Amino acid sequence: MHLKITLCFLFLTATPAFAQAADTPLLIGGCQGCHGASGQGAQGIPSIKANHSRDEFIAIMRAFGANERPATVMGRISRGYTPDQIALLAAHYARPQ
Amino acid sequence: MSISRRNFLAAAALPVALAAPRISHAQAGAGRVVIIGGGFGGASAARFARDNFPALDVTLIERSRSFSTCPYGNLVLAGRRDMNSITFGYEKLAARGVRVVHQSVVAVDAAAKQVRLAGGAQIPYDRLIMSPGIDLRWGAIEGYDEAESERMPHGWVPSLQPISLLRRQLEAMPDGGNFIMVIPDNPFRCPPGPYERISMVADYLKRAKPRSKLIALDAKNGFSKQPLFQDAWAELYPGIIEWRGASSDGRVMRVNAAAMEVETEFGEKLKGAVVNVIPPQMAAKIARDAGLANQSGWCPIKPATMESTQVEGIHVLGDATIAAPMPKSGFVASSHAKHAVACIAASLAGRAPPAATFFNTCYSHVGPDYGISIVGVFRSGPNGFAEVEGSGGVSPRNAAMTAERRKEQRQLEALYADGWYQSITDEMFG
Repeated sequence: MHLKITLCFLFLTATPAFAQAADTPLLIGGCQGCHGASGQGAQGIPSIKANHSRDEFIAIMRAFGANERPATVMGRISRGYTPDQIALLAAHYARPQ
Repeated sequence: MSISRRNFLAAAALPVALAAPRISHAQAGAGRVVIIGGGFGGASAARFARDNFPALDVTLIERSRSFSTCPYGNLVLAGRRDMNSITFGYEKLAARGVRVVHQSVVAVDAAAKQVRLAGGAQIPYDRLIMSPGIDLRWGAIEGYDEAESERMPHGWVPSLQPISLLRRQLEAMPDGGNFIMVIPDNPFRCPPGPYERISMVADYLKRAKPRSKLIALDAKNGFSKQPLFQDAWAELYPGIIEWRGASSDGRVMRVNAAAMEVETEFGEKLKGAVVNVIPPQMAAKIARDAGLANQSGWCPIKPATMESTQVEGIHVLGDATIAAPMPKSGFVASSHAKHAVACIAASLAGRAPPAATFFNTCYSHVGPDYGISIVGVFRSGPNGFAEVEGSGGVSPRNAAMTAERRKEQRQLEALYADGWYQSITDEMFG
């Protein structure tokens, strides 16, 4: 219980620090492990590179997290990210605006 | 030192640095990063540093010229992959600007910040990353040492023993012979690995030796993805697999390799035509010699930066670390690597370390077109690591899905497992 409270606190306080330059390369590590270095996909794993607008990308991740979009692993994964982190992922992987 | 003062000093040093070989030292955030160990942690660290931090001078020290992965070794065992498809070289990393040195490290001098190689050379560093992997605890199971592991292969550390040895023994086993597996207590490398191995051996037995049985003797009472594995075993391999946990006398205390016999805690002796012993483990010798391991045999680290709590200036990655609840997996080692490199780059540039988020996706093949997974997202807290509440977990069980959805889920996860393997090995070695 103590740990949960600490983590919530960390999420809140960590948010402003997410502007750091290293954050996007670190965050996309979770995506690259399966979707490939540039998000191109591999062996049936879908491409996530420039397929969607930022808003669509964010909506898809939220739908995965809410179990509103069919998924094998993405529901379990997407719930691990904060909204700020999902916004950074969207900025990285979405179609150029 | 403030950033502006650092920049000033860096600018003042520029003319000198231009004449010197280490030109990168003149840039803000520059420094020499030496990485020991070219597995999932070390190779990922080298690639990530090269791609994201051009001011870092990166040296990777790895004694072997090729690397065979633990992941997918179980598919080689089942005859569904060959060794070539799980073996990689370091040429592409070198072409990306990583200085790759194929020598053994004989000593780490943390005070002088240098690494001594078997050839006698000293490699100086500003920050050291050690991704040493594991050693097996010879003698922890009475009678099981390195010599006996030729007769009773472990197949658990590819640099010590390729999985092909166990594969040959499995192929040579007569139909009707018993395959015995000895599985250790936690913590050990790749928590679902022994159970994927059980599945893959059973897959082979079902096809090639239908009269044979697999007896798995486990030193613990539960294991990773247990309900999913056991559902699959009942469905795919009825009558082939017998798994015994510690409370059913599954703990093996001693082995007699000459007799191909193992003995349990309560004295039962079992003979196998093939005996696969996965013994208890610890951080590799190089890490223990450098003073990085504590009494547990594993390396404690600071959760914010992956730095050793025992030796300053050394970041430790992967299986050798104490990083629960993160598992000792290749994906986690790669995730450790990226965070450690980003922390090093920040530290050399005089910035605070970035917030830590770590990832794991572990697929297991349990049969043809049948994959299952466990995933996790983790963060650092003041006293350790924690999984993000509400995230992660394992694939749904059969009962939770319609027959149609079940088939699709298992097929997709088997396909995605192959995709994961391709992506992560491409990232390291492509």
